[in-house]
Amino acid sequence: MPFNLDILALSPPGWGGVLLGGLLASLELAVGGYLLGLVIGVGGAFGKLYGGPILRDLLEIYTTLIRAVPELVLILLLYYAGTDAVNQLLLLIGLPAVDISGLAAGIFVIGVVQGAYSTEVLRGAIQAVPPGQIEAARAYGMSPFLALRRVTLPAMLPYAIPGLSNLWMIATKDTALLAVVGFSELALVTRQAAGSTKSYMTFYLAAGALYLLVTLFSNVVISFIERHARRGMPRTV
Amino acid sequence: MNQETATLSAYVPPKARSLLEPHRLFLMAVFLVIVFCAVWFLRWDWMPKYGSRLAYGVWQTLVMLFWTSVVGFLLALPIGLVQVTGPRPLAWLAKGFCTIIRGTPLLLQIWLLYYGLGSLFAQYPEVRSSFLWPYLRQAWPYGFTALMLSFAAYEGEVMRGAFAGVPRGELEAARAFGMSRWTMFRRIWLPRAIHRALPTLTGETVLQLKATPLVATITVIDVYAVISKVRQDTFLTYEPLLLLALIYLCLTGILVGGFRLLERRIPTRGA
Amino acid sequence: MKNIIKTVTLAIAVSAAALGVVQAQEVKVGFAAEPYPPFTSPDASGKWVGWEIDFMEAVCAEAKLKCTPTPIAWDGIIPALTAKKIDMIVGSMSITEERQKTIDFSDKYYNTPTGIVGPKNEKFDATPEGLKGKIIGVQVSTVHQEYANKYFAAGAAEIKEYQTQDEANQDLAAGRLDAVQADAIALDAFLASDAGKCCDLKGNVKDDPAILGAGVGVGLRKGDTELKTKINAAIKAIRANGTYDKFSKKYFDFDIYGG
Repeated sequence: MPFNLDILALSPPGWGGVLLGGLLASLELAVGGYLLGLVIGVGGAFGKLYGGPILRDLLEIYTTLIRAVPELVLILLLYYAGTDAVNQLLLLIGLPAVDISGLAAGIFVIGVVQGAYSTEVLRGAIQAVPPGQIEAARAYGMSPFLALRRVTLPAMLPYAIPGLSNLWMIATKDTALLAVVGFSELALVTRQAAGSTKSYMTFYLAAGALYLLVTLFSNVVISFIERHARRGMPRTV
Repeated sequence: MNQETATLSAYVPPKARSLLEPHRLFLMAVFLVIVFCAVWFLRWDWMPKYGSRLAYGVWQTLVMLFWTSVVGFLLALPIGLVQVTGPRPLAWLAKGFCTIIRGTPLLLQIWLLYYGLGSLFAQYPEVRSSFLWPYLRQAWPYGFTALMLSFAAYEGEVMRGAFAGVPRGELEAARAFGMSRWTMFRRIWLPRAIHRALPTLTGETVLQLKATPLVATITVIDVYAVISKVRQDTFLTYEPLLLLALIYLCLTGILVGGFRLLERRIPTRGA
Repeated sequence: MKNIIKTVTLAIAVSAAALGVVQAQEVKVGFAAEPYPPFTSPDASGKWVGWEIDFMEAVCAEAKLKCTPTPIAWDGIIPALTAKKIDMIVGSMSITEERQKTIDFSDKYYNTPTGIVGPKNEKFDATPEGLKGKIIGVQVSTVHQEYANKYFAAGAAEIKEYQTQDEANQDLAAGRLDAVQADAIALDAFLASDAGKCCDLKGNVKDDPAILGAGVGVGLRKGDTELKTKINAAIKAIRANGTYDKFSKKYFDFDIYGG
């Protein structure tokens, strides 16, 4: 009974299609959350480095809190609080409550968690850029934005990539936690499939293989990007 | 991935700056108001009723954290070592183990062990009648195993780097002094490698603490499970979760502080 | 600089679109995102099927509502209702006093006895004496949890609470539990399945109308009286015009509505 592979077939009565749908949802979450995290991270890193004292302290509190509390707890809190807050805000300015999709809430949650980590990664990377390069850009009359886009961001990229790729791995795995709030991503559909068919081993192993494939594929892509970003840098390792 | 990316700094304690700068005083006042509002406007009447259960839950979380970390670390030593020394098949095995554990979500691993392996065990009467059954039918051994393997895989990766990073000259000097391979390993290589890995241990342990609530999904009672119970009994969403976040915040703080004390006692010159 | 502003505006527009913010207009019906046969369970194409899905469709058709089935985690289902993530619960939720403090219920739409199952090779009754020293599994925040805690907790070795009925059943089959208390119909479905071969029905528990009596109702937000009136009328209508019996016959050979 435990290893009957027919139930993994792609079309019903096989559950393969459902699993792939779950994988797609997981990837959407991971990509969306990761990108949102990057946006927060860029803002956070610059705020921490160049912001005023209050902004710096607030960002410190944000990154400390997020990194000290389990992701599972954060996801539960943010999942409920996030949608509540949006609706309260809309109510305050006199608009009707909106219905926020599970995907949007999930991306928000993953993004906020990722944001704290990418703030730290990017801050470290920016600090690793020789300050003379940024000062030179400013001396040529570039506006802060232009200097950011043309000099700081490209120059810090090689330093940021190891940390950022690690964050991507964490993002893909953190999506599984949304199973706890009932979001139909890979872990939850696996659990539903396993519960319905009682073939627990088969489905959990299959889902594990899917996650592993994502990881291994990401590793290949990351090493390619790493090589690309490091061209022109002295070989250190 | 290379070694320095293998671990994320889970928590970097802020630099101690003066708490009494004017903007800080202002921020603290704002937070006091927020805390006051939270206490005043939210419902906390359930706290006394669940106090003892919460304490028990925190204790269970800490016990789980301690033992999975200790056993996981002991397991990480050979996993890291064979990847440096070989033999090849063992090195591949260890590398494969690390890749699989680190490449899949811990939640899935826990469910695989508890529901998958657990239901497999139940099909064999030999397992059911064995002396191990009273343990195997409980939930915590599965949670413990999953957490321990996870810690072993992540820390194993760190230990691989640590073993590889001990300067060859030190090992050669030990050999030149006539130490046997075992003595050299015991006296020089292992202590130096552990010493090198120590700074990452704080972060790894905090990550492990943050992983413990996952075992609540397989009916192990920890502090997260107690809070879930409160949520179900009272239909409150925010209050129990806020308290839970606060509890984890304190635990992380204590953990980081404890490790910092420990690190100060170990001389780090030349490490 | 202009370019940047353009890019930023575009990014904001794109992310707003990605947030999928849509105006609420339909009724979102919540139920546990876990298989609970024969009431709600996903089939191999990911679609939810079962008696309760049929019931929901019949009620919504009768009340002329556009219903969207929304699977949601059971332990957060009541907060989800109060936070307007969903608008009603059709999830085999028993009407209890405790819940009525927080949410409202429609009239009951089914009521069944409560049973106890256990391994075939062990003989015991569904009484406090029979369950002495046993590990009993129940689903959290159900009437069964309340009942077991009231009647069996003193004698039983442990009352283990599960997020879903399915997990409790699974642990019974895996030998981790000595008994499971649940809705007799859900237990029938479990016993008829492959995994349920291990076990048989030990009997129904003694009724306690205060806990078990009120049956299962549609969970509604307090103050949502308009919806409540509509739902109650619809339940009455499908009971009267035979729709209720028609889809019930697909699943049961007895009257699930109860006395």
